[in-house]
Amino acid sequence: MTLLGSLSLWLAFLVGLWGAITGFAGGAQGRADLQQSARHATFALFAALAVAVICLEIAIFRHDFSVQYVASRTSRNLPTFYLWSALYSGQEGSLLFWAAVLSLFGVLTQVLTSRRHRIYLPYVAAVTCLVATFFVSVMLFAANPFQRLPFTPMDGSGMNPQLQNPGMVFHPPMLYLGYISITIPFAFAIAALLTKKLDAEWLVAVRKWTLVSWLFLSVGLLIGMWWAYVELGWGGYWAWDPVENAALLPWLVMTAFLHSVMVQEKRGMLKKWNLALIIGAWVLSIFGTFLTRSGVISSVHSFTQSPVGYFFLAFLVVTAVASFTLYATRLPLLEAEATLESMVSREAGFLFNNLLLIGIAFSVLWGTLFPILSEAVRGTKITVGPPFFNQVNIPLGLALLAMTGVGPLIAWRRASLANLRRQFAVPATSGVFVLLILLVAGMRDVGALMAFSIGGFVLGTVVQEFARGTRARHRQYGEVIPVALVQLLSRNRRRYGGYIVHVAIVMLFVAFAGMAFKTETQATLRPGETATLRGPDGHVYSFTHLGISQYNALNRQVTAALVEAQRDGKPIGRLRTEKRQHVDALGRPTFEPSTEVGIMSGLRVDLYVVLAGLVNGTEQAVFRFTINPLVWWVWFGGFVLVIGGLIVLWPGGVVVAVKGSKSSPAQAGYAVKLEAER
Amino acid sequence: MSDQLSRRAFFAFAAAATGAVIQDTVRAGRVYDPERAGHPREPITAADNDAGIQAVEKKLRCTCGCGLDIYTCRTTDFTCTYSPALHKDVLRLAGQGKNAQEIVDAFVKQYGEAALMAPPKRGFNLAGYFVPSIVIVIAGAFLVRAIRRWTREAQAQAPAGATLPPDATPAELERLRRELDRLDA
Repeated sequence: MTLLGSLSLWLAFLVGLWGAITGFAGGAQGRADLQQSARHATFALFAALAVAVICLEIAIFRHDFSVQYVASRTSRNLPTFYLWSALYSGQEGSLLFWAAVLSLFGVLTQVLTSRRHRIYLPYVAAVTCLVATFFVSVMLFAANPFQRLPFTPMDGSGMNPQLQNPGMVFHPPMLYLGYISITIPFAFAIAALLTKKLDAEWLVAVRKWTLVSWLFLSVGLLIGMWWAYVELGWGGYWAWDPVENAALLPWLVMTAFLHSVMVQEKRGMLKKWNLALIIGAWVLSIFGTFLTRSGVISSVHSFTQSPVGYFFLAFLVVTAVASFTLYATRLPLLEAEATLESMVSREAGFLFNNLLLIGIAFSVLWGTLFPILSEAVRGTKITVGPPFFNQVNIPLGLALLAMTGVGPLIAWRRASLANLRRQFAVPATSGVFVLLILLVAGMRDVGALMAFSIGGFVLGTVVQEFARGTRARHRQYGEVIPVALVQLLSRNRRRYGGYIVHVAIVMLFVAFAGMAFKTETQATLRPGETATLRGPDGHVYSFTHLGISQYNALNRQVTAALVEAQRDGKPIGRLRTEKRQHVDALGRPTFEPSTEVGIMSGLRVDLYVVLAGLVNGTEQAVFRFTINPLVWWVWFGGFVLVIGGLIVLWPGGVVVAVKGSKSSPAQAGYAVKLEAER
Repeated sequence: MSDQLSRRAFFAFAAAATGAVIQDTVRAGRVYDPERAGHPREPITAADNDAGIQAVEKKLRCTCGCGLDIYTCRTTDFTCTYSPALHKDVLRLAGQGKNAQEIVDAFVKQYGEAALMAPPKRGFNLAGYFVPSIVIVIAGAFLVRAIRRWTREAQAQAPAGATLPPDATPAELERLRRELDRLDA
């Protein structure tokens, strides 16, 4: 199997090179035979990499410990659920997974792209083949997943206990899917630059792919946050770790693109900017991969330091220089078809929204790289941790949240004073109302007050938009309100799906702000003893230690503490927190004991209990009790964000006109009746 | 005599039984295999929960390489041997009567600036804090200037009095106005 796997990698390397060469040559010379060959190469590349993935999975499931990757990542008693995820739990396997998924996206692009965008496909095939070939070459020359050991161990080293969590089965693939799929919009952008077909057609081709990528990346980030919360035990979900930051960067840039692309579609403006954003998002995705795999910055997420980092650095530099050089040569072809007519217009709003998104991306990048810069300039190592990022990014984040509410209220082209007054009245009242309520309730944290009141403003905006649209349909078509609401959403999925995403963003910001009020304490308890803690919701929570039990389960020996939780003296449930000693098939300990958190999640607060350890081997246990406010809203906000994203992505609804394209004209919102009357 | 003895024996037995009961309630029983539960822990003291100590520890980085502050590391990564030792250092310095800033300074003196979770706001570090804001402000100023230029150009290009779409009749515009008013009502 390892031989077949290695051969598949070499085949993928050669086929990928062929696909890149024929794609570029076929596109440049207009030769149909070469273009067809590039298309077939994409399919063959996927087939070869799929075989390699299957070979590695077979080696993992058969416990073939003669393969170094299998021996170092798995063990005989590793649960089947995690055997699958072993594929991407290490450097070599994740590279293979990356290349295989990219080749799959390459195939999907070739198959699903509509006929009118076929002109771009040879170049798209070439770019996807080139990027996939790079990943294959890294495997072949620096990190081969099929590398054999000179001997076959009895058992493998096992998987890191922290990776043995459902979150880690889904988080890496989702994040990779997001990262990887950015290559497709990038490939279309390069194709548009090479073909000089820089009208709005390429935008139509990439818009959905960008949204797919953004959605996967969002889900990946959210599952990663959930995993950090339930598994790492520090009671939070975002630590501004360099690798977390690296994933956030392309997400921010793509979010900027998904907004500014509307200006190009409606007004034929920002062409240069949009192309730069797509190229920038892809370059940042490769930069993030470089950060994760090079070990250049210490991070809990990093793979071990390896020569792979040099490959990625070289690839990053070469592709960034080549892409932006090509971009620079095409700038004269990217002149705007219209110009801004007013500072107070939707277009200007999008520009300020982009300024903030890219500004946040820059500040995150700057903070992530500043330790390296400081060491280079001053020779002094420094730490740039959460206090730095919070200080720099919270004001920018609040400004961005405010723009989320302001943007939809401003008219395209030019907004009059009367229009502004009419549009802002309800949302502004809603924001001020929330602020007053919180002040009366005694809240004094400035950051949280701003987050909640701006959240109220944004919700006011969204509710107003839905209410006006629904009322318009009700009056126009006589639809009952619920039907009118559903019709409104289904007729203009992009606009109203986007508003649902805005609601999700409000939920996320409110939940983030809630963490300012978390309370916690540590206590040593014997069975029957109780610790109490006042929660930020005003209730008194007490935690009674019920006892310790020890038992064996799957591949681990468990020490579990059971804790009864009470709110204001009334029992509300029991939490179990564990110490897990993972063992190999012979019962020998493999890793240091890990901790499993006990969580009771609620709309207002989460009760979060961690068993720190036992005193002198007795049932007297040391606990950390934390009350985290509003965390549930992070996960629910994430769910709403995905729903909103899927609504936007779902095919059908009203086709939105793209300025300069041959699509049907746009009709939405207020224009419905006028269109119907025409 | 025998009555006295039996009475003594009764009291002795009762005292022993009471002692055993009290001991059972005071001491927790041993678990089956303490090794499975990780490193043994010391009971929590009032100083461990002291808000001032926690605030200081949240400013200082654990040296184990986890990237977390001392407080978070010692209450999260229970395999770490560094953060409990650093916590003891903080307690020792506090016990010597040092205030929060003096404790932080002592750590910086011993471990360098890397001991801080965020660099101090002086010298080159100011660039770390202010470059993003400065860049955003400059970019914002350029953006505002560019938008002003574009709007001036748009006004110059527009024919005088041509604020209405050329293909809209007054009747159509009136209908549009009525529709918008109805929708906004």
